[in-house]
Amino acid sequence: MGKIVRISGPVVIAEDVDKARMYDVVRVGEMGLVGEIIRLTGNRSTIQVYEDTSGIRPGEKVENTHKPLSVDLGPGLLKSIYDGIQRPLDVIREKTGDFIKRGFTASPLDENKLWDFVPTVKAGTEVVPGQIIGTVQETGIINHKIMVPFGSPGKIKSIKSGSFKVSDTVAVLETSEGSVEIRLKQEWPVRVSRRVQRKLAPEIPLITGQRVIDTFFPVAKGGTVAVPGPFGSGKTVVQHQLSKWADSDIVVYVGCGERGNEMTEILTTFPELTDPKSGKPLMERTVLIANTSNMPVAAREASIYTGITIAEYYRDMGYGVALMADSTSRWAEALREISGRLEEMPGEEGYPAYLGRRLSEFYERSGNAIVTSDEERTGSITIVGAVSPPGGDISEPVSQNTLRVTRVFWALDSSLASRRHFPSINWLNSYSLYQPELRKWFTENVSQDWGDMYDEAMGILQKEAELQEVVQLVGYDALPEREKNILDIARMIREDFLQQSAFDDIDQYCSIKKQYGMLKAILTLGREQSRALEKGLTMSQVQSMKAREMISRMKEVKESEFPGYLENLLNEITGQIETLMEA
Amino acid sequence: MNMAQVSYRTVSQIAGPLVFVEKVENAAYNELVEISLPNGEKRTGQVLDTGKGLAVVQVFGPTSGMDVDTTKVKFLGTTARISVSDEMLGRIFNGLGEPIDDLPPIVSSEKVEIVGNAINPYSREEPSEFIETGISTIDGMNTLVRGQKLPIFSSSGLSHNRLAAQIARQAKVLGSSENFAVIFGAMGITSEEANYFVSEFTKTGAISRSVLFLNLSSDPSMERIILPKVALTTAEYLAYEREMHILVILSDMTNYCEALREISSAREEVPGRRGFPGYMYTDLSTIYERAGKIRGKNGSITQIPILTMPGDDITNPIPDLTGYITEGQIVLSRDLQRKGIYPPVDVLPSLSRLMNQGIGKGRTREDHRGVADQLYAAYANGKDLRSLSAIVGEEALGQNDRKYLRFADEFERKYVNQGFYEDRSIEDTLGIGWDLMSELPESDMKRVKKDFIEKYGKWKKEK
Repeated sequence: MGKIVRISGPVVIAEDVDKARMYDVVRVGEMGLVGEIIRLTGNRSTIQVYEDTSGIRPGEKVENTHKPLSVDLGPGLLKSIYDGIQRPLDVIREKTGDFIKRGFTASPLDENKLWDFVPTVKAGTEVVPGQIIGTVQETGIINHKIMVPFGSPGKIKSIKSGSFKVSDTVAVLETSEGSVEIRLKQEWPVRVSRRVQRKLAPEIPLITGQRVIDTFFPVAKGGTVAVPGPFGSGKTVVQHQLSKWADSDIVVYVGCGERGNEMTEILTTFPELTDPKSGKPLMERTVLIANTSNMPVAAREASIYTGITIAEYYRDMGYGVALMADSTSRWAEALREISGRLEEMPGEEGYPAYLGRRLSEFYERSGNAIVTSDEERTGSITIVGAVSPPGGDISEPVSQNTLRVTRVFWALDSSLASRRHFPSINWLNSYSLYQPELRKWFTENVSQDWGDMYDEAMGILQKEAELQEVVQLVGYDALPEREKNILDIARMIREDFLQQSAFDDIDQYCSIKKQYGMLKAILTLGREQSRALEKGLTMSQVQSMKAREMISRMKEVKESEFPGYLENLLNEITGQIETLMEA
Repeated sequence: MNMAQVSYRTVSQIAGPLVFVEKVENAAYNELVEISLPNGEKRTGQVLDTGKGLAVVQVFGPTSGMDVDTTKVKFLGTTARISVSDEMLGRIFNGLGEPIDDLPPIVSSEKVEIVGNAINPYSREEPSEFIETGISTIDGMNTLVRGQKLPIFSSSGLSHNRLAAQIARQAKVLGSSENFAVIFGAMGITSEEANYFVSEFTKTGAISRSVLFLNLSSDPSMERIILPKVALTTAEYLAYEREMHILVILSDMTNYCEALREISSAREEVPGRRGFPGYMYTDLSTIYERAGKIRGKNGSITQIPILTMPGDDITNPIPDLTGYITEGQIVLSRDLQRKGIYPPVDVLPSLSRLMNQGIGKGRTREDHRGVADQLYAAYANGKDLRSLSAIVGEEALGQNDRKYLRFADEFERKYVNQGFYEDRSIEDTLGIGWDLMSELPESDMKRVKKDFIEKYGKWKKEK
């Protein structure tokens, strides 16, 4: 049995740990704290400990579990809240009270709950890894698929239907290496990605109901997004909005080194909110991983992997999963802290030299893929990673390494946030590399002129930025009427389209059809105004139009009433312009 | 295995606040130690790094007078703990929790570890009770709620202490008369500043429901490391065991961070930004995250940490990391102070993340959110125009723009500015907001619902 020889914060060095291998999970000290071997030197193992090491002494024992850090995968994951190493926080509360005590373990899945298992294959069927052999109705929304664990293919020897606990055997598989019992739950090491048959090109947008995202900077299902921004710029609100309204089947929310109260907010609001698709509480499709900033730093490092492994598991069932990681900077800082304690040679800004590799490995676990199975089953993982750059300056290593591997960039801007322009996604600096690929979907599913409208609106916003500089020099009044019109329409796009309240019952979710209609109304007004200006009218004359008021109230109109409102609005615009021109 | 009460005389090295003790077999990580100096004086410390044969001890206090030959180090076998009881109310302590008001020490059977365990996120209750501070810029635009951590980002020479004292005096929850207490933790502030708080608290009688922890500029800087933990442990006891609502004011967090940097450099750790240690975020979070509410318990801890931004720079690691942990920030501005405006709160970079939970119908008033957003947008616009008019002149601005320019001035004069003893109700604050907004074109009021404009708006009806 191993013995501790040195302790420095979350890093513990032990001698003679039994059959120590890299990344074996060990139990440290008399309290049995969970740790992981991260370096081996002769008979010495360096261990990162996932719990506070106060009070631990040299000489205490270290036991090897001989297993890598793994998560339990099976029915019951949804609606759960876990810490960074998949300990269920609700059970911990029940057992140890309101403050998290150390050295406590609990099974991640409820071991006593009975699930109704419905087999979909018969005894005697030849099966391959990943193949679905039965289902369990996990929540009102999600039908949990029980798959043949990765390993060797074989023949089903027996399979039962009925009520089972997660650890009960539901089927026995006959393989070339002997028989394998299949249970409702399986284990998977978090640092290893679950392989797929092949990855596909992303083609379908993740509809989020957020106008600036869907219309201007869309992300494809299976894509990756970086959301860097200084504090107070609304990273967390964007992440929350996405996990509420994005049209994915499953949401895995990883609160990595962030605020405790934010997790509470999710826990209080999600059960009350309903999924726009199914009408069921949003919590029924959500898994929460909460490793708040004051919880042990090593577990923060693990939380990202725990989250992505759970996401991969649901992807393998054929679901579209959205993973929110808030914030990857805290994860990187955990890496840095551990690396510093290991006295590794630091790279940029003290981060370890392997920061870029670890980040790209993580983002590479996203994607739209044909999963491992007997059939062509597809599933996807979309990763939205928040980045918290110090001082809001994205030239720092975490932002830069993230931008190298992500394809969408939502640049959060504190000057927009301070004037309460939310979501404070800067329309000039942000980009989506999926935009050209997704154009096809939008033209086919929303409207033929989608692409043209996008180009026109983006053009107006870019032109506005140029004109603003001119205004700085010569003043607004010196501009020609035509350019005043551009400023006017750009302002409308910003205020009446891009701005969206996350806290208004109607405005928080805007369907893609309504988004199209809203933008169409604004652009139509712009064209009509410019027609009037060409006929010699002035800006101040056209600005007296009553229809403009209707544009600013579009946000408040319910989805069901919007088509009528839009039709009326478009008629009003043309009508009022005609009246103006006649007068 | 307990090595309690064993003394060592094997100090091999003393460097800054650190003492290296050799031949120690098994000191516990974070174990408390007592160091006896050659002259008989005693100091306390804590184990920072422990291995077979060597323990690194961080001393709370100066290392002056210590030597390597005769200094004795006793390992106490426990991590740092303090005695807590209700008797602490009305008392004054140093950073280690020892009384410095010439009254007897606290006797209590409750000895609590000062390194608090993290609150289980599942146990937290969402903070949602509006705290009326009577200050418009806070109540109206950056609302504070019970269980929130809302720091004041200030700079040297600004009136953050007055503001904190005013909040401590005026803070109340509407329609509630529950047990309320203030815990004040002073880290490295001057005796003048400390006296200011003590006399403010005495004047209003608040002293009897306050606990003061004072570590002044002249006191050992290492005590600053432990003071917030002692203060918050006391707060947790009073909040969760005695069901009180605690307001914790910590001033000045900048001094705390500097003490942290001092230790880090003495340990020769790889420095992060500006020499602060890479783990400062985690360290600060173990302080700030101790604010909150717990389901099923009646008490709460609300924190108002104060920090001074070196060089007025909000991107300095101290305000930067703080802002990433706390639920918003109140930023003070030198410009406003220069104009003679008190409290000099610059609302644009200020923020309260929990505002939405505490306001609206049934809490403050239905129009609160809209009014706040509209004021924000209008003031931001006005300030932009102010800098624009400095270049092109006010004459080059349109009619409408001039209204916004005037609005920005009026907003600072009437809304931001208020007296030190002026306790504005939320109704008054919202009323002033509507007065100011009514000077702007009604059609620009896109942030407020139409119904509210009709109900509360003060525009002169045309026709």
